[in-house]
Amino acid sequence: MRQLSETHLDAEAEAEAATTARPSTGPPLASALRPAEFARWTWRQLTSMRTALILLFMLALAAIPGSLIPQTAVDPSAVFAFRNRHPSLAPVLDRLGLFAVYTSVIFSAIYLLLMLSLVGCIVPRLRVYWRSAHARPPNAPRNLSRLSAYRRWETAEPTPVVVERAAALLRQQRRRTELYPAADGVVVSAEKGYLREAGNLLFHLALLVVLVGVAVTHLYGFKGSASVITGDGFSNTLIQYDDFSPGARFQPSNLAPFSFTVKNFHVDWQRTGPGRGTPIKFDAQLSVTDRPGATPYDYDLQVNSPLVVDGTSVFLVGHGYAPDVTVRDGAGNVAYSGPVIFLPQDGSFVSFGVIKVPDSVPTQLGFEGYFFPTGALGPHSQPYSAFPGADNPVLSLIGYRGNLGLDAGAPQSVFVLNKARLHQITGAGGRPRPLLLRPGQTRALGNGGGSIRFNGYSQWVRLQISRSPAKVVPLTGVLLAIGGLLGSLFIRPRRTWVRVRGEGGRTVVEVAGLDRVSGGDPASHVADLASKLRPPEHRPLEPVLQEAQQ
Amino acid sequence: MTQALATFNNHAIVAATVVYALALLAHAAEWAAARQLPVDNTVGERELLRVGAAAGAGSSVADDAGADGPGEVLERSDRFGRTGLALTVLGALIAAVGVVCRGLAAARVPWGSMYEFAITGSLAVAVAYLFLVRRYAVRWLGLLVTGFLVTVLGIAVLVLYRPVTPLVPALHSYWLVIHVSAAAIAGGAFTVGALVSVLYLARIRLEAKAAAAPKAPRTGFLWRAPSAAAIDRIAYRVHAFAFPLWTFAVLCGAIWAQYAWGRFWGWDPKEVWAFITWVVYAAYLHARATAGWQGRAAAYVALLGYATFLFNFVGINLFGSGLHSYSGM
Repeated sequence: MRQLSETHLDAEAEAEAATTARPSTGPPLASALRPAEFARWTWRQLTSMRTALILLFMLALAAIPGSLIPQTAVDPSAVFAFRNRHPSLAPVLDRLGLFAVYTSVIFSAIYLLLMLSLVGCIVPRLRVYWRSAHARPPNAPRNLSRLSAYRRWETAEPTPVVVERAAALLRQQRRRTELYPAADGVVVSAEKGYLREAGNLLFHLALLVVLVGVAVTHLYGFKGSASVITGDGFSNTLIQYDDFSPGARFQPSNLAPFSFTVKNFHVDWQRTGPGRGTPIKFDAQLSVTDRPGATPYDYDLQVNSPLVVDGTSVFLVGHGYAPDVTVRDGAGNVAYSGPVIFLPQDGSFVSFGVIKVPDSVPTQLGFEGYFFPTGALGPHSQPYSAFPGADNPVLSLIGYRGNLGLDAGAPQSVFVLNKARLHQITGAGGRPRPLLLRPGQTRALGNGGGSIRFNGYSQWVRLQISRSPAKVVPLTGVLLAIGGLLGSLFIRPRRTWVRVRGEGGRTVVEVAGLDRVSGGDPASHVADLASKLRPPEHRPLEPVLQEAQQ
Repeated sequence: MTQALATFNNHAIVAATVVYALALLAHAAEWAAARQLPVDNTVGERELLRVGAAAGAGSSVADDAGADGPGEVLERSDRFGRTGLALTVLGALIAAVGVVCRGLAAARVPWGSMYEFAITGSLAVAVAYLFLVRRYAVRWLGLLVTGFLVTVLGIAVLVLYRPVTPLVPALHSYWLVIHVSAAAIAGGAFTVGALVSVLYLARIRLEAKAAAAPKAPRTGFLWRAPSAAAIDRIAYRVHAFAFPLWTFAVLCGAIWAQYAWGRFWGWDPKEVWAFITWVVYAAYLHARATAGWQGRAAAYVALLGYATFLFNFVGINLFGSGLHSYSGM
């Protein structure tokens, strides 16, 4: 209940602080302003609290599209799919920069303006704070008894004794104290809670540290990914990456010269119960060589447990199946043999992939189709995967003959078959003829010769490899910001006065306290102080002690 | 054993929902019982204290508070209120047992699916409310809080329920405990803060109306809540508690993301909305210190912040893609 009767509101105190810190501005007459005045007016506008508020709202608003529209920097394949789905909308979004919201001019402008506004607000406040941090606690108001936290008593002790005890007590409580002469006595003035404003300033400055830290990690770091089939190796050079996005200041020659082989990869699947088919554990066994010539060592790569070599981290972020096939051409020669990465389409790990065989004669061959880790037939004989683990692997392909279009010069995705100059391999009567294969099975490709054999499958892992130098800077920034925030929200500046004066041979002691923000309990602080100030031996013997009204 | 615990969890959550519903009824009765009684009629010192500055205006004594005298009416209303509070405590205890059983059944923290988030989150709301009742005597918030709890647990039981499943590997980390518990407590506080703000908006409307017609009798339970200024102060305190905690939760998320995904911030939809929530609540704290934005406007900003928080929890979990797709829906 007590908190509800306070007279000093946070809002009031803070509004007061804000209006002193952030200048209020009236509408200017632009024509009457000289450039210097105009610049001054603009600066005042920019650093006003209202502008900061509006910029905050704009920042929130500008961040929204990035959560609804796929972002190139976050998920390039989602952007690719989005472009295919919305061919007419995509160019418009492109022009508006909505596939790269967080690096767009608008978003950058908003947060840079916000930071500028912050600096403009903080710098003058730093000056004010510097002065106030050296200020003496102010003298007591004339009528201490008007304050809600107030006690008064009389004692036989001489004035200097009480004053000294009060000053010592307040200093002991780590309050800044000051003595002022008063009529027939002395005022001990004490103040505490200067760190509230310091916390506020620290919070805002720490945000700048965060921003700078994030910028540095992005400028000097890189992020890339690679898909590696088990049994294969990866060495940390540019050509081994599927995608690579370096920071503006990153030098590819700085890539740490490590390499590793993915010896094995294993997934534990939940096999029973309602969560059947959800992964429980991913586990990739690597053999790592830190630098050429170093002794290789084994590393067990798991989610939440990255491999770190020389500040570069390797993360396990995905996996899939790579069916292993052998394709013979019309001449009976092996035109292709080995595992091919297929992309999982959903949680059942039905995986789509393309096999291109440019070296076959007399025509090139191409295949596209699906890999079912646990093949099964649905009610309408449509194949599906009953389980993401490879309990019953089935490969279903459609074959094509003709020209794969690889000589056209334009780069081709390994997951897209350019069918412009291909024709489908059909069965009797020209009907489409899906090739359904189990491990070890071979299918002839019919007219024109050739065959395909499904040897089995490998697994592949998708690895994210990145380097975020100086990431400790933004971390420190956020920690400082939280510290500052706690200080600015929970430290309560409090002034305490003890007035001691002689009156008719007795000593009158008055204690009063005032909080500059709400939430505290100055009354109990004053009561506590009062009980400590009174000499203990006198307390029970002082029936005339009067305690002023609360 | 696991099955028994899971079943027990289901029963406990349903029971908690029912108990919360009874608490809701009790609070509704608390409001209804004192509906006719003008505030000026309350002569008890306790009531004067509670009403605070707002009651200072009038002095007329209404004499038609039904068959009972005003004292009996107040007593009855108060009894309903205490019953509601007791039932809320009971409901929270049962819900806590339910959440713990769910965790034991799954042999992990019960934060692996939307259902589990909902039961844990609503427990955080209940605990935050009960803490505030102890600290600031906010029982006048009971109707809104129990209404919220019944709604959330009802949806959890009827719509969100999923059997216990193991955690996906991405969640195998002690950061799950730190990150999610901080987010849940902050979320509970944000929820209570939003409810306080709603009541604040209702109360200033009431006070504005009363200022326009000073003679009109001040009836209705809302007059028995503290003054708008006092409610606003509580709203501020709750938000001031939640905001640093939310910052901490986002920070933990970033550290964890650095370990799990190789980047501390990647603008995943969940991250985007956590950021938006943070920015809007930062705006709330600034609005309170900006001339012309205090009071009503700031309360709307707080509600906007809560809307973004809720959208992150519901919208992104259900419709969003991204890396935080653990809803199990």
